[in-house]
Amino acid sequence: MKSLLDKVWSLFSSIKLAIVIFALVALTSIVGTVIEQQASYADNIRVLSSLVGQGIAPSAYKVLYALGFMNMYRSWWFLSLLSLFAANLLVCSIDRFPAIWRIMRTPVKPIAPDQMKRMPIKDEFVVQGGPDSILQQAVSAMKSIGFAAEREQGPDGAVQLYAQKNAWSRSGVYITHASILVIMLGAVLGVFFGFKGYVDLPEGFNTNIVYSTNMDMSDPSQVSRRASLLGALYAENGDLQKASQSLNESLPDYEKDLKSVGIIPLGFQVLCQQFEVQFYGQSDMPKAYRSRLSIIENGKPVVSKWIEVNHPLKYKGVMFYQSSFRLRHDLSNGVAVLDVRSPGGQAETMKMKIGQSFGIPGTNETVKLAEFNPALAFDDQGRPETYSQMMTNPAVRVDISGPGGARSSKWIVQRYPETWSLPDGSSIGLTDFWGVQSTGLQVRKDPGVGVVYLGCILLALGLYVAFFMSHKKIWVRLAPDKKGTLLTVAATCPKNRHAFEREIEKLVKRLKGGN
Amino acid sequence: MGSSLFFGLSTMAYILAMVVYITHIAFRKKAVGVTATGLTLFGFASQTLAILLRWREFYQLSGMGILRSIPLTNLYESIIFFVWCLMLGYLIMEFHYKNRSFGAFVTPVAALALLFISLSGMSTKIEPLVPALQSNWLLAHVTLSFISYSAFALSFSTGLMYLIMTTEGRREGAYIFWTVALGIFASVLIAMGLDYMTFHADMNSDAFLKDFLFKSTYESSSSAVQVISYLATAAFVFAVWRYGYVLKRVIGGFNLQASVLDEITYKSVAIGFPIFTLGGLIFGAIWANQAWGVYWSWDPKETWSLITWFIYAFYLHARFLRGWKGRKIAMVAVMGFVAVIFTYLGVNLLLSGLHSYGSR
Ligand code: HEM
Repeated sequence: MKSLLDKVWSLFSSIKLAIVIFALVALTSIVGTVIEQQASYADNIRVLSSLVGQGIAPSAYKVLYALGFMNMYRSWWFLSLLSLFAANLLVCSIDRFPAIWRIMRTPVKPIAPDQMKRMPIKDEFVVQGGPDSILQQAVSAMKSIGFAAEREQGPDGAVQLYAQKNAWSRSGVYITHASILVIMLGAVLGVFFGFKGYVDLPEGFNTNIVYSTNMDMSDPSQVSRRASLLGALYAENGDLQKASQSLNESLPDYEKDLKSVGIIPLGFQVLCQQFEVQFYGQSDMPKAYRSRLSIIENGKPVVSKWIEVNHPLKYKGVMFYQSSFRLRHDLSNGVAVLDVRSPGGQAETMKMKIGQSFGIPGTNETVKLAEFNPALAFDDQGRPETYSQMMTNPAVRVDISGPGGARSSKWIVQRYPETWSLPDGSSIGLTDFWGVQSTGLQVRKDPGVGVVYLGCILLALGLYVAFFMSHKKIWVRLAPDKKGTLLTVAATCPKNRHAFEREIEKLVKRLKGGN
Repeated sequence: MGSSLFFGLSTMAYILAMVVYITHIAFRKKAVGVTATGLTLFGFASQTLAILLRWREFYQLSGMGILRSIPLTNLYESIIFFVWCLMLGYLIMEFHYKNRSFGAFVTPVAALALLFISLSGMSTKIEPLVPALQSNWLLAHVTLSFISYSAFALSFSTGLMYLIMTTEGRREGAYIFWTVALGIFASVLIAMGLDYMTFHADMNSDAFLKDFLFKSTYESSSSAVQVISYLATAAFVFAVWRYGYVLKRVIGGFNLQASVLDEITYKSVAIGFPIFTLGGLIFGAIWANQAWGVYWSWDPKETWSLITWFIYAFYLHARFLRGWKGRKIAMVAVMGFVAVIFTYLGVNLLLSGLHSYGSR
């Protein structure tokens, strides 16, 4: 009678279970790629309608929702499946390791001649000279293909040389399997001790909270609770302490509540000082974009750094990644940064809002900033229009009044310096229009990344060993013969036999007296 | 403009090679075989030259480092690189196994892929990179992924040939599997070809795929056309099933041993799997981590790579440990490549049309 534990153990050490789990993970994952994860009700109703028709979509949604498919990679059953997978892998490896360990530790032994004949690679031939005289040659021939031979004198006067190489490569499969467990461990560390969030920060704004990317938008009660908790925070201008008081909660409880609905307090402030985009030539394709971020703690800036795609900022274990950008809907707070030059070449930097006026030094002209256009273009009739939702071609229209009451109006375009100059030799350059763009940041804390990377290195290593290295054994028997010495060569290796056969051919050639 | 000249030359060479390889199977003359190999080598050499020239053009245009300028940034360049890897793999195999029969199967794939590019009027412009793509990890990721895809493509074709050669009756599961798989595969290709011929838009290929894919057939605005397309596909699949033995006879004439096909299938998977793991999964994760701070986010593309990976892990375990042999395991290899294609094209084509992120 097997005990229950034995039964469970043998279930988990079976490859059959592994194959079933492979199939289950793959099949359920497919469903998860068709249903849009963590999306709103409307989004997935649209998906389902186009798959099964509008009539059935709502009920299909209900069923799939109840089964957790709307957020399936975090559902209890998918996580259980992954845990089963890990348990399977672990038990299976523990179960088989002793046997493999033995194989790895066992030295090669000489084998009987008839056993040699049954080896997958073999050859037999006669060379001139007695066994003693060619023994040395045989040893060095084996050495030339990388095998350090041991020898045994047989009772019949025959000598057997034998050697093995890369016995440890049998562990490749185990390194592979262990590495998968290491990666899963790193992922678990990240889930429990880290977060993944994002925030959209306009120029000049700061924040002490970010939003979790794992927020489940398919759960309506979550969404409304979140709105009320956030509402309290907005009402207090982002002051967590005051917001918690207004809800009659302690600060730690309030922070916990926030986290439970996907709002993560950072413990410090991040400020976006400036954001800028560089384009390819004068096209609208971004070549690079970057944000100047400052970390503020206790009211004092402690770090400032430009971040761009692939170059994040790290502070107290929290990483800030440049991820996107957009133009704000409200452009009224924008400030034009102008480089104003007098006809004499005297330069002055001015910061002006739309509607403000200033005089150009050295002239009697007054300039009023009349209008801002983030993406200026002209239609067929020459009327200005805005051609994109991004700040791709920022321009300001200035109204210039001269001393005699002469008035003119003109577009100053940042990208085209030839639009900057005025008839009297002065110029107004637009160098930035600050405060209308916002930077999209991914904010992440993941103490498990190091472990995941270690797992990846092990995985690569393990697969290399498992597929490209092989445990090779060679036996060479030298027996006295009428015409000299009868040489029998036998060899095995579980993998990459063709390559090994070529090595053996080289060995044979040397034994026959070639080089 | 040097690169397009040599791309044209390589396309023509592969098409000629295809004709000559097929002739070779029919007549088995040594001179014919040598000609076929020579043409393939010539095509491969001009394609290599073309890729290098394009690399240089891209380098000069983009002003980025030489490594960053490797031409692997859009569908057009990816297909070219895929064909290049496939032909390299094939040539190595031809010299290793000293068997040319297989060329009659590989050169049509190469020729079709390249013809597909020129017929479709797909954009061949060199486009500069958006910031997220300016990463050496991404480069390593894309290059290695395509190398592994080519290895998987080889295992797919040998696996399929194995199934064709070894199945007998029309009621047999494996026979139904390969005829249906091949029938659907060919129908989808034909449907895509029709889209390209109908709309023939010279636009960004990704936008094209999103807006026009299957619009001339399965997704047509006219429901009559839709119904006809599905019926035609069903009829086509039926015909493949009904007359599959013709293919069997043709391949039977190739003088290939089933066991060799099985071995090549395994070898290709054994080469593709570690490269895919390293390049496709690990480098992809590292790149995502550097760019977005998330090494794994379960987005459909990542999930499909994982599914692909699991299918090939399934292949290796079933073969080695459960002792699955022959037809059963060949079917797994075929399914693995179907997952590869879906990962590369299907996710962009089908899922992103379905999801809200596709329209953003
Ligand atoms: C996706 C995850 C997995 C990967 C990538 C993987 C990878 C591999 C590889 C590459 C091999 C070597 C196959 C060959 O020699 O061609 C192997 C063998 C093996 N795998 Fe896995 N494996 C995974 C999951 C599992 C699981 C869950 C089990 C648990 C039952 C398992 C059990 C084994 C065993 C027992 C061997 C044979 C070891 C030996 O030669 O003694 N594997 N695996």
